[in-house]
Formats: sequence, C-alpha cells, structure tokens
Amino acid sequence: MSILVGNETRLLVQGITGREASFHTSQMVEYGTPVVAGVTPGRGGREVSGVPVFDTVAQAVEKTGADTSIIFVPAAFAPDAILEAADNGVKLIICISENIPTNDMVKVYDHVQRRGARLIGPNCPGLITPGQAKIGIMPGYIHTPGRVGLVSRSGTLTYEAVWSLTQAGLGQSTVVGIGGDPIIGTKFIDVLEMFENDPETEAIVMIGEIGGTDENDAAEFIKSNVTKPMAGFIAGRSAPPGKRMGHAGAIISGGTGTAQEKIEALNAAGVEVADSPAGVAEIIGRKLGK
Amino acid sequence: MNIHEYQAAELLAEYGIPVNAGEVVTTADAAAAALERLVGPQGTVAIKAQVHTGGRGKAGGIKLASSPDDARDKAGQILGMDIRGHVVQKVYVVPAVEIEREYYLGIILDRSASGITLMASAEGGVDIEEVARETPEKIIRMTADRQMGLLDYQARQVAFDLGIEPDLVNGFAKIAKQLYAAFVGVDASLAEINPLILTKDRQWMALDSKVTIDDNALPRHPGFEDLRDMAEENETELRAKAHGISFVKLDGNIGCVVNGAGLAMATMDAVKLYGGEPANFLDVGGGASAEQVAMALQMILEDENVKAILFNIFGGITRGDLVAQGIVEAMNTVGVNVPMVIRLVGTNQDEGRKILADAGLSSYETMSEAAQQAVAVAQ
Repeated sequence: MSILVGNETRLLVQGITGREASFHTSQMVEYGTPVVAGVTPGRGGREVSGVPVFDTVAQAVEKTGADTSIIFVPAAFAPDAILEAADNGVKLIICISENIPTNDMVKVYDHVQRRGARLIGPNCPGLITPGQAKIGIMPGYIHTPGRVGLVSRSGTLTYEAVWSLTQAGLGQSTVVGIGGDPIIGTKFIDVLEMFENDPETEAIVMIGEIGGTDENDAAEFIKSNVTKPMAGFIAGRSAPPGKRMGHAGAIISGGTGTAQEKIEALNAAGVEVADSPAGVAEIIGRKLGK
Repeated sequence: MNIHEYQAAELLAEYGIPVNAGEVVTTADAAAAALERLVGPQGTVAIKAQVHTGGRGKAGGIKLASSPDDARDKAGQILGMDIRGHVVQKVYVVPAVEIEREYYLGIILDRSASGITLMASAEGGVDIEEVARETPEKIIRMTADRQMGLLDYQARQVAFDLGIEPDLVNGFAKIAKQLYAAFVGVDASLAEINPLILTKDRQWMALDSKVTIDDNALPRHPGFEDLRDMAEENETELRAKAHGISFVKLDGNIGCVVNGAGLAMATMDAVKLYGGEPANFLDVGGGASAEQVAMALQMILEDENVKAILFNIFGGITRGDLVAQGIVEAMNTVGVNVPMVIRLVGTNQDEGRKILADAGLSSYETMSEAAQQAVAVAQ
C-alpha cells in the first residue's frame, strides 16, 4: 500500500444498484479492487458483479468488515450516505456524487471529522493505488505502479497527467482526486503530508485550478514541509473572472483565485509548474534523473 | 445564481432585517410616481440601477432625486445605461437616509475554514475586496459553529471588536444572526449588507444588500426560479445547463467540446498557448450521451465567430464510443460547416476511433497536437 488504499482495503459501494455505480463496480472488480459489499436501501439480498448488496451500511460492515466506502448516490441523498458510512465505523469515505448543496457539506464535513473518519470529495473521481485498488471512476489501464504520487482537484485533467507519466515510464504510487467543490473533506495539504511521509513515494505531482486559495495554502505548506521533488499544473490561465468554470469551486472572485497567482505561489515554494498537464511528466522525469 | 439588490432586500426583510424598502420600476414616469408615494413630492430618494455587476456608483448608476421631475430625469438617465456590459432595465427607488456611520457585514462560504464565516468591517460602503487586499486587518472574521450556526457570543464579539458602543451591540448582533439565518435559509453562497448603517437617530438599517444563491441548492427552492432575470442571463448557458452541460461563452473563434471541467479549462489554456482564442468553455459532463454531444455541437455552431471545433475527450466515466457516436450523429443532424479536430483517448477509445474512422473522421493522440491543429485550421 502506498497511501490510503491498497490490497488490504475492504470496499463498500453505496448506491451500488444505480446505472453508473453498477458499471463502475464491474470496472473496479475487474481491476482487482477488493470490493466486498454494496448498499442500496430496499435492494438487500441481490448481487452486482458478484458483490453482495445490503440494505444498510450497518449490515454491510457487520457482515463483510468493509472499512472504506465509495458513494455514487444522487446529490440529494449523498450527505445522508456520507453520514451513514461515518456513523457505522467506515474510516475512509470517497464521495463521487456532484452538485451537493454546499452548505450541507459544512455540517457533513464537521460530522465526519468528529467520527474520526476521512472524507475524499465530494465531486471527485476517487483514488487509485495502481496494481492494487482502483476506487473511483478513472480508467484503470492508464495507470502503472510506481513511485510518483499525484493529487488533483480535477478528474479528466488527472487522467491526462497520469497518462503522460505512464507513457514516460513513470509509475504512480497513489493518485488522489480531491474534488472540485468549495467544501471538500481532504485538501491538498492533507495529501501532500501523506505523500511526504510515504516511503513508497519519491516525487509528487499537484494539479490545481482557479478559485479559492487551496493551492496557495499548499504552497506555504510545501515551503517548510515537503522535501520530495514536485511538479505542478494549474488549469484556467485563460478563464475570465467572475464566471464559474464547471466546478462549483472554479471561479475567480474579487481578483483572487487566479491561475497566475497560484503559479507564482507554487514557484516561490520551489515547485516547477508545467505549461500543460502532460508537461508534468517531463519535469518529474528530469528531477528524478530518468 | 445572482439576483438583484431589490430581490436580496426582500429576502433579507423576510428574516427580520430592517432594510431600506423602496419600489422597483422600469420607466422614468414610474420613478417619479414612486418618489411621491415613498417620500412625498418634497422628499429625496436614491435611484439605483439594478444590474448583476458591481461598481454601479462609480459608473453613475446611483443618483439622488428631490422632486418628481428630478426623479423622472435621473431615472431616465440611468435606465438604458450600460454598466460593464449590463444594460439597466430596472431601477430601485428608495428613500434617502441620513447616515451616521457605515459598516460592512457579510457572510461567505469560507473554503479555507471549511465553514460559514461572518466578515465585518468599520470600513463600510466601500469595495470590501479592496479592503481585504489593502488592509486585511480591518476585516473581522468569525467562523460560525458548523452544527449550531452563528452563536450569540460570536455575533457580540464581532460587534465589540468593531468598537461598537455597548448600547448598540445587541442590535448589531441581532442583524448578524438574522443575516446568518437568511444565508442558511435561502442556501446562499454569499449574503452581504454593504453598507449596514447607523442612522442619525441611532437605528441599524441595511442600505444595500447582495445575495448569491448556491446553484446546487436551487432544486430545493423551486420558487427562486422567479427571481432569475432572463435579461441578465446568457440563453445558451441556461439551455446547456438544462442538458447537464456547463457552457460559458467567450470571445474567441475555436469552439471547444471537452469532458470534465478541469480538462476543459486546460484545453482552453492550450488553445491560447498555441496562439488561438477559445470561443467557449464547455464541459459536456460525466457519462456524456450521444444526445448531449449533439446538443453541445449545436450550441457551438450557433456562434458565428467559430471557425473550428476542437473535441478533447479523455474517457473515464464518459465512454469514448458514446462520444464518437454523438459526434457522428450530430454531424448528420446539425450540419457542421467548420473543420472539426478530434482527440479521443481513455475508456473505449478503440471502439470510439473506429466509429469516427468509419464516418471519415480522423483523431489525434495528444491534447497539444490537437490544440495546435485546431489553431492552424481556424486561421
């Protein structure tokens, strides 16, 4: 295991009988992810891709020892699904669902913290430790096991960077998509700290975008806490101010949150920032002497 | 969703906040009549442009008027005025108020604190973002308890920190709590009173209000659709949203169809890097169907500036074969008259490329190749 997930993960899929969820469950199972249970209220007793379905998280945890959950339920039910997982002892909760009302997430975030669980997302692609566990909606085959850790606010942009690493012969330790919403359970800093402390990670790629100050906070953290070589990419250099660019969190407001200021902050922290997402592979390759 | 000042004032009034209530009108004559009703023919009103942008005062969009004729004249000047690309179609006529002091009071969704934060400053009435940049120490911040909300002592503490006299503290704290209740009640991402004033007779009053509603929460407030001012919205952006597509119109000539918001931004950046200008931001969404792709293509082709279309699809939740099918179907139904440059990788890429090849379309491996090609064919 690199960070957060690996061979020993016991995964539960919440909302498993939904269209997207059942498709991605089959993909995760095919990848070799240890998927042990699914939950859809009222569908207990069925199977999806050979995975037993339960009515409640409590039953699923009791019967299978699930310790990690991935959530695919619609936005209106997602906060409840996160709380159900946290209240039943699930320690790592990955929420793929998007469009959750933001103020709801404030309470949910707080509750999950009090339970001592970790939330990743919402509105994220999930995470993967290549060769061991794919917990998310990313195409598995673009990844390859290795020693580069990657953390990103975006989904497809992450695939782009991963693909370039793989093609350059640079495998990944763990790839974490933290999500594009304003209130998220795990921020850049949390993941950077885990990668810094992970003996299986040699270098780190960080992919950010316009909006908020998370990348700037991360830059401050990197200055004094990260010793491993890093490369970055920030999306949205051509984005106009005041317009939400898809992600709820991707908006330049009051002149802050621009790509330029984030790139400058990262540069000041010693992180080389690429012109394109694929450019991170060249930087990491150079820094690792490969 | 942005709403107008007068709508924000109405929402805040429902939560008990004393607002300077007036009348919203669309003609100069109606403004004159509003003055008579609100303050009598000898009274003074402020006439305020209602547009979804800041800087109205500096642009001349707020004027005082002291007689019906004056009101007709001033309203006539403001109506039709262009403020940062927004044409004024409504003015808000409110009684003029004698101001003793001005404060800023706002509540924001605070990403750094992962909470809801009250912000206040004794520098009211000015551009708060400027205060935040130039003199951040003049802004007092208080993050509400995430479960219990803004507590009484927190609201009082902000008042005392602002140097408000003891006899006025409770009145200020009450408004802060009402503003918090409004923020949560309407699912705002921003609720601000700027300025919150103390009148000459020592009463608190919200003189100007701004509320932004969280788009994600709109499904549980169906009534808020009535607050939407269609004149302030881009019709194509709204139509896109109804189909699960994020679309933002830009000024360039290369139309972009991308899956994923981050990749969509990176695609625009790549177009720009190679000397082109993107015509739009477009995220076709997760699990994009053929129908959605056709819709996206149609919207882009409505823009007469578009000289080339760049598809950048990295399949994850979106399947390459479905996107390819969408492109081919759209070509047949929409009638594409500009060159298309397609980059397709990821889930089901081979099936997708085969569908494209069968229809006589070639595809690119990398985003930079595709972006360069799109810039070249657009010239």
